[in-house]
Amino acid sequence: MKFQNLTIQEMRQKLKSGDLTSVELTRACLARIKATDSQLNAFITVCEEEALAAAAIADQQLAAGNAELLTGIPVAVKDIFNTLDVRTTCGSKILDNYVSPYDATAIVKLRQQGAVIVGKLNMDEFAMGSSSENSAAGAVRNPWDQERVPGGSSGGSAAAVAAGQVVATLGTDTGGSVRQPASHCGVVGLKPTYGRVSRYGVIAFASSLDQVGPVAGNVEDCALMLGAVAGYDPADSTSVDCPVPDYLENLQEGVAGKKIGLPKEYFIDGLDADIKQAVDAAIATYRQLGAEIVEVTLPHTDYSVACYYLIAMAEASSNLARYDGVRFGVRKDNGEGLIGMYQQTRSAGFGDEVKRRIMLGTYALSSGYYDAYYLKAQKVRTLIRQDFQNVFEQVDFLLTPVAPTPAFKIGEKVDDPLQMYLSDIFTIPTNLAGTCGLSLPCGFSQEGLPIGLQLIGKPFAEAEILQAAYAFEQATDWANKVPTL
Amino acid sequence: MNSRYEVVIGLEVHVQLTTKTKIFCGCSTEFGQTPNSQTCPVCLGLPGALPVLNQQVVDDAIKAGLATNCQIAPHSIFARKNYFYPDLPKGYQISQFELPICEHGWMDIETEELGKKRIGITRIHMEEDAGKLLHNEGSSSFVDLNRACTPLLEVVSEPDMRSSDEAIAYLKQLHQIVVYLGICDGNLEEGSFRCDANVSIRPWGQKELGTRSELKNLNSFRFIKQAIEYEVERQIDVIDAGEEVVQETRLFDPDAGVSRSMRGKEEAHDYRYFPDPDLLPLQVSDEWVEKVRSCLPELPGVKLQRYQDEMGLPAYDAGVISSERPLAEYFEALVGRYDKPKICSNWVMGEVLGALKEHNLTIDQCPVTPELLAGILQRIDDATISGKIAKTVFEEVWNSGKTADEVIAEKGLKQVTDTGAIESIVNEVIAANPSQVAEYLGGKEKMLGFFVGQVMKASKGKANPGMVNQLLKKKLV
Amino acid sequence: MKISQNDVEHVARLARLSLEPDELQTMTRQMDVMLGYVEKLNELDTTGIEPMAHAVPMSNAFRKDESQPVIGIERALQNAPASGENCFKVPKVIE
Repeated sequence: MKFQNLTIQEMRQKLKSGDLTSVELTRACLARIKATDSQLNAFITVCEEEALAAAAIADQQLAAGNAELLTGIPVAVKDIFNTLDVRTTCGSKILDNYVSPYDATAIVKLRQQGAVIVGKLNMDEFAMGSSSENSAAGAVRNPWDQERVPGGSSGGSAAAVAAGQVVATLGTDTGGSVRQPASHCGVVGLKPTYGRVSRYGVIAFASSLDQVGPVAGNVEDCALMLGAVAGYDPADSTSVDCPVPDYLENLQEGVAGKKIGLPKEYFIDGLDADIKQAVDAAIATYRQLGAEIVEVTLPHTDYSVACYYLIAMAEASSNLARYDGVRFGVRKDNGEGLIGMYQQTRSAGFGDEVKRRIMLGTYALSSGYYDAYYLKAQKVRTLIRQDFQNVFEQVDFLLTPVAPTPAFKIGEKVDDPLQMYLSDIFTIPTNLAGTCGLSLPCGFSQEGLPIGLQLIGKPFAEAEILQAAYAFEQATDWANKVPTL
Repeated sequence: MNSRYEVVIGLEVHVQLTTKTKIFCGCSTEFGQTPNSQTCPVCLGLPGALPVLNQQVVDDAIKAGLATNCQIAPHSIFARKNYFYPDLPKGYQISQFELPICEHGWMDIETEELGKKRIGITRIHMEEDAGKLLHNEGSSSFVDLNRACTPLLEVVSEPDMRSSDEAIAYLKQLHQIVVYLGICDGNLEEGSFRCDANVSIRPWGQKELGTRSELKNLNSFRFIKQAIEYEVERQIDVIDAGEEVVQETRLFDPDAGVSRSMRGKEEAHDYRYFPDPDLLPLQVSDEWVEKVRSCLPELPGVKLQRYQDEMGLPAYDAGVISSERPLAEYFEALVGRYDKPKICSNWVMGEVLGALKEHNLTIDQCPVTPELLAGILQRIDDATISGKIAKTVFEEVWNSGKTADEVIAEKGLKQVTDTGAIESIVNEVIAANPSQVAEYLGGKEKMLGFFVGQVMKASKGKANPGMVNQLLKKKLV
Repeated sequence: MKISQNDVEHVARLARLSLEPDELQTMTRQMDVMLGYVEKLNELDTTGIEPMAHAVPMSNAFRKDESQPVIGIERALQNAPASGENCFKVPKVIE
């Protein structure tokens, strides 16, 4: 059975009508993973047995007419989500043998909606990276060009959808980790407003920035996935108790009369020519669809990378202190006492990028430097959020590129961390401001690499940017293009 | 008091709260359970787990703050204190650093030497406890995380104390207050009330504080006193030897009665405090504070005064009765039913406390409830029984749980007030002791006591003592 | 230089990382580049600006003082690199 051109909505109909069973669908999905993953390395763990068992239960529910939003649909999640009794490594050697004793809230919600979880997706170690090269499980490859990165850190989540291994996935986005790989892989990825989806059970990178986000092949499926996992969670103090709208309900609303802002700081000279062209074409499309386009300014954009990395690294240095070889994970101990055990465990267990961030974060919080680095960054963060508050008084949402260049070559930027960090310039401000943004395909480079368009919405206005994305998707053909594997 | 140096002491007390569950997760705080049986992803510090604040802890912190005259901060935040230790699962302790919930308080303490003195309270903040590290023979230590994430209040005093006696007076009073508030069980041995002492000395008249050492592991009032006194002597010796006191942490060994330095075993600390991004700021409204205030129990100091001023109890009685909240509540329940406070305090301090001690019970377990005791006292007042018989009745009530009236009726302990009956016993006693009668009549008036005793004995204590006296005087002429 | 090799060694100790000599050199260089880059924040005058610790301005998230299920000793210890006597076992801690 060839299922990889079906959407979630189409799968739901076939499952409901009995044309297809969840076990058949799941088997097909597992077969597709088996056939393609040696090329992509998108999966760290495939849960064949668990998935087939869940599919069998889903078939019973379908037969009984008790279908929920995702009953019987095979999906996969980034290996950053704790999944009960399944290995959860977060792309790190230090968690190589960690089998979680609990489910993240987002996983609980997926299961409640009947989803069949087929596996755990590859990623940059502890979500630190923009290329999915920093993984203990090896680099993920871009389905459009296997010499190139899929973006990161949720590279596996985007590559798996692009390659038709699964119809939808969950990733996490701290500074662009859902949107940038979605852009590089030609799929739709959404970073919800901070607090929209529970972080409970999601392995923390930078707590004040991390947010769970769905990746799917089209806007409607992305909206459906968001609806499945969004909502207040009493186990996450930072989750927000406000109602979750039905994201599918008014998806066809259109953009006529909407005011779209183009932040001039995002259309800089260094922007790749293909990307500029694709984004300009998208702007023209929106104009045709009846939206009003205005230029706006986010004056502190240029400071966002510095601000972001200080905050993210400081929080990460503390979040990653629990990997000490005491209660879980891989311990290294050559008998030099407790401190020796800590140092050996952490030095052997963490990769270079993670160590670098722990070091910088520790330094930024240390005595004598806190005010100059961490506190300063927190104040600049306030200015960046104010920028967004100001423009959202003028426009309904923003339209920008997702990344300055299409997917780069594997190995191209590994020796230059700062260049790697700077490639997140267009996605980072959204996380700092805490608001929502999505990436959707808007064209291809001359080399045939996907290009993404970013829509940034007001806090908790996910429905609005999904509607705008849907309108664009309907008016163009980009979403229907798939890589050949 | 040393003639050359002034002693300066500041105290940091960790008060373990009696909430049912931990500060950031729903695991039980019960003491003494199988290791690691009371844990969950949050208190184990598993990847991805997140803390959620137990609201009761905030209520308890406000109570402690109000009872020690603190200002309750309308806005406070939690911070992470970062350091590695096997009993600290996350690699950081969630505590409060900048913007704690309570600041600028005080308590008045009283010592025999100096009388009343006000001790400043710098701050009270909320934090989570660490787990327990168990050592045995061999090359390993063992980590039990049942205690991890248990709620603590850290109460930090100003360096206002000038002797070990003042330190102990402060600690005892703080202990009494938190137990009274019902926020701490006060058990020092189980670590529910733990004290670190910062001790320094300086020449009299010097303004700047001397270099302090921090004494840890002080789990009884006696050890605290010993440790402080040892430390003062040690610092004097150091200075007298021409050396300088080093700022350090010292661990007190109660068996040896000495403290030893932990220097060298720890690195210079840099806790890298920063606001915990997983926990939201805490806003405490005036309404919230007032709601807590309205539920505060009357505190021991206020009771002590009221017992003297309004009930006319001597200071000693008022002190004993107000020392513990359950005892004071027993006493007040008794006075509510029998409105003679001094008689009540006599009975509570005498019979009740005596019997409790003998049976090794606490006041909450006292089988003679305030109702039952009031019943006994009323029977003395209406002359149904004598004060002496009342003690027998008390014992019977204690053992049987019956009321005074039931006991008196069953055991036939009602006082004999029938003149004829008493007269016949008096006659018998006089007839049986002619030589004593002669002595009495010969002027030895003290012998009257002998006759009273004999009559009471013959009546098994039931004769009304007043009537016996009267009749004897009448007959012995 | 924003940071010396000695500083880097001190930070590594705080973070419980041990760096090989060549790692230490690379780390010092890379940290220096990053610290140089983030200097640009000093171009901004942030006098009177409140620091932002949370993405969404909220306060007061609580739970009631009510028991929730524990995960049990077996699950608590299932990932322990070493355990014994229902505890996590670590190299001896000397106090």
